[in-house]
Amino acid sequence: MKLLNHTLLYLSVSLLAILSIWAVVFYFDMLEEVKDSIDDGLENYKMLLIYKAQDDPAMLQSSELGENNYIKEISPGYASQVRDTYKDTMVYMKRQDAYEPLRLLTTAFAARDGKYYEMKVISPVVDKGELIRKLLYALIGLYLIILASMIIVNNFVLKKIWKPFYNVLDQLKDFKLGAPSVFHSSKTRVREFQVLNDAIGSLLMRNLETFNSQKQFIENASHELQTPLAISINKLELLAEKNNRTEEDVQIIGNIIKTLEGLTRLNRSLLLLSKIENKQFIEEGVVSFNKIINRLKDDFSDLAEFRNVKITSVEKGEWTNTMNRDLAEILVMNLLKNAITHNYSGGEVAITITPLSFTIENTGEDVPMDNDRMFERFYKKSAENSSTGLGLAIVKAITNFYGLSVIYRFTGRHSITVSLQQ
Amino acid sequence: MKILVIEDEPAMRDVIQQSLEKENFLVEVADNFRMAMNKIVAYDYNCILLDIMLPGGSGLDILQELKNMDKTDSVIIISAKDSLDDKIKGFNLGADDYLTKPFHMAELNARIKSVLRRKAFDGKNVLEAANISINVDDRTITIAGVPVTLNRKELDILIYFIVNKNRLVVKTALAEHVWGDYADETNDFEFIYSQIKNLRKKLKEHKAGIEIQAVYGIGYKLVIL
Repeated sequence: MKLLNHTLLYLSVSLLAILSIWAVVFYFDMLEEVKDSIDDGLENYKMLLIYKAQDDPAMLQSSELGENNYIKEISPGYASQVRDTYKDTMVYMKRQDAYEPLRLLTTAFAARDGKYYEMKVISPVVDKGELIRKLLYALIGLYLIILASMIIVNNFVLKKIWKPFYNVLDQLKDFKLGAPSVFHSSKTRVREFQVLNDAIGSLLMRNLETFNSQKQFIENASHELQTPLAISINKLELLAEKNNRTEEDVQIIGNIIKTLEGLTRLNRSLLLLSKIENKQFIEEGVVSFNKIINRLKDDFSDLAEFRNVKITSVEKGEWTNTMNRDLAEILVMNLLKNAITHNYSGGEVAITITPLSFTIENTGEDVPMDNDRMFERFYKKSAENSSTGLGLAIVKAITNFYGLSVIYRFTGRHSITVSLQQ
Repeated sequence: MKILVIEDEPAMRDVIQQSLEKENFLVEVADNFRMAMNKIVAYDYNCILLDIMLPGGSGLDILQELKNMDKTDSVIIISAKDSLDDKIKGFNLGADDYLTKPFHMAELNARIKSVLRRKAFDGKNVLEAANISINVDDRTITIAGVPVTLNRKELDILIYFIVNKNRLVVKTALAEHVWGDYADETNDFEFIYSQIKNLRKKLKEHKAGIEIQAVYGIGYKLVIL
C-alpha cells in the first residue's frame, strides 16, 4: 500500500471515531439545550396564562385551557406543596389520534378570588428519532466531504510535498554499484527530505568509494602478485635444470610449478575480470564471431583431438558485433574450452552461428548445471578439477559489459547461447 | 655475445642473468636509469633487455639515447605493462621486440636469439643444430641436407626447442609460444604431447642428430646426440 493511502486509511478511520464520539456528545448537548428552551417557553406560557386568568376569572372555571392545558382548583394546603415541575410525558392527542411526547409543566397559583389552582401547561417536544436521523445524515455527509477533500489534498498537495521522497526512492531502486549513475537529490524545502537526501547521498558516495577501492585493490593485488609468481616459476625451472637432480626432486619441483601456474592463471583471470569491470578494454571494432569461432576451432583442434571430441559448426549467417576483439575472443574461447574439457571421449561439440547469436552445445555429464550459480565466481561443480572457476564469470562479465545475453539450456546436452539482446 | 639487462627488480634480474649465463651469454646488469645510461654510452652490446619503468627515469629515454648515438644494439623491451601505447612508442624508437612480464625464460631465449639472428652479418636467418638446418624466414628445414616437411606447429615447436637446446622447456612455456596467448586457459597441456610425438617420429625417420626428451612430466629438453 502506498504511503499516501496509508495515511488516508488511518485518518479516515480515526476521523470516523472522532466524528461518532462528537455526534453523541453533540446530540445530548443539543437535546439539553432544546429542553431548556422548551422549558423557558413553558414558563412564559404559564405566566401568560396566569395573567390572563387574573383578568378573566371565567378561564379558571373551564377545566381545559386551549388544547391539553388543564386548570383545576386545589386546597391551599396542597397548593403550598406544589412546586413548578417539568416532566416528559406521553399524551393522547385527539388531533393526531396518537400518543405524542410532550413537555408538561405542573404549577400552582393563587387567583384573585383567593382560591388556589393547579395548572398543567404542555408543549410539544422534538422527535428524538427524527433528530438522530437528521444528525446521522448530516454527519455522514460531513464525513464524506472531509474524506473527499482529504483524497484531493492527498493527491494534489501531499503528492507534491512527497515528490522529493519518491524521487529518492526511484533513484535508489535503479541504483547499481559500479554503474556510472550518480545520485541527484532534488531540491526541497522540507527539512526531513533535505536530511534524507544528504544522508543517502553520502551513504552512496561512501559505498561507491569502497566499491571502487575494492576493485582497485583486486587489480593492484593481482598485478603485484604477477611478477613474484613468474619469478618463482622461473627460479624453479632453473632449479630443475641443475645437474644431478633425482627424478623425485624434479617431480616435486614440477608439482610446485604446476601449483604456481594454477595461481598465475587464477591471478590472470582475476585481473582480466577487474579490467573488464573497470572498463579498461576501450578499443572497439566490428568483430565477426564467425571468423573468431573458426579460428579458435582450429586453435583448439589439438586439444579436441587429444580429448577425442569432435567439433562441428554450422553457419546460418554471419554475426558481427561492435566490441573489443580480445574480449570477443576470450568469450568464445572460454565457452569452447569448457565444451571440450567438460566432455567425454567420443563426445561432440556443435556450434551454430546465426546472424544474431551463436550457440555452443556439447555432450557431457547427464546432470544439468545450476543455472543460477554457474556464472558466479569460483563456482565449481567438483573440487578435483584444476579450473579456476572464473571462466564463466568472465563470460558473464563480458556479455554484461556489451549488453549481450547468455543463456544456458540443458536438453540432454549442455548448450550455451550468446545473443544480441532483443 | 654481450647482453645488458636493465631491470630494477633484483629477483627478476637474477633469474634473467642466471638463465642467460646458461646460454653462455656474457651478461651485465643495470638496476637504475643512470647506471644504464652510463653503460650504453660506454659499451656496445649485442642485445639490451630494457625495462620501461626504472628508478630515475624511463626506459624510453634510454632508447632515444641509443638512437641519438646511432647504436645498433638490439633492444627487447620487457615491461610489466601490456600497454599498446608503450609498445608503439618503443617500436618507433627502434626497439626490436616487446615482451610483457611475466614471461618464461625459454620465451626470452627465443626472442633474444631471434633478434640476434636477424642482426647477424650474413643476413641469413638460419638456425642450426647438429645435422639440422632451418631457414626461419622461408620456414624450410633440412636434415642432413635432405628437405623435410613439417606442419606449422611442428616447425614452431622444433625452432623453440632448438633455441632452447639443452634447456628445460616447461609445457606451459611451449604451449603459450606455439598455441598462443590464451593456450594456458586450457589448464592442462597433455594435448601438446601428440604434436611432439609426431615431431619425434619425423626426426627419427630422418635420422636427426637431436632428440626431444621428456623431463619427468614437467616439460621437455632437446639434446644433441
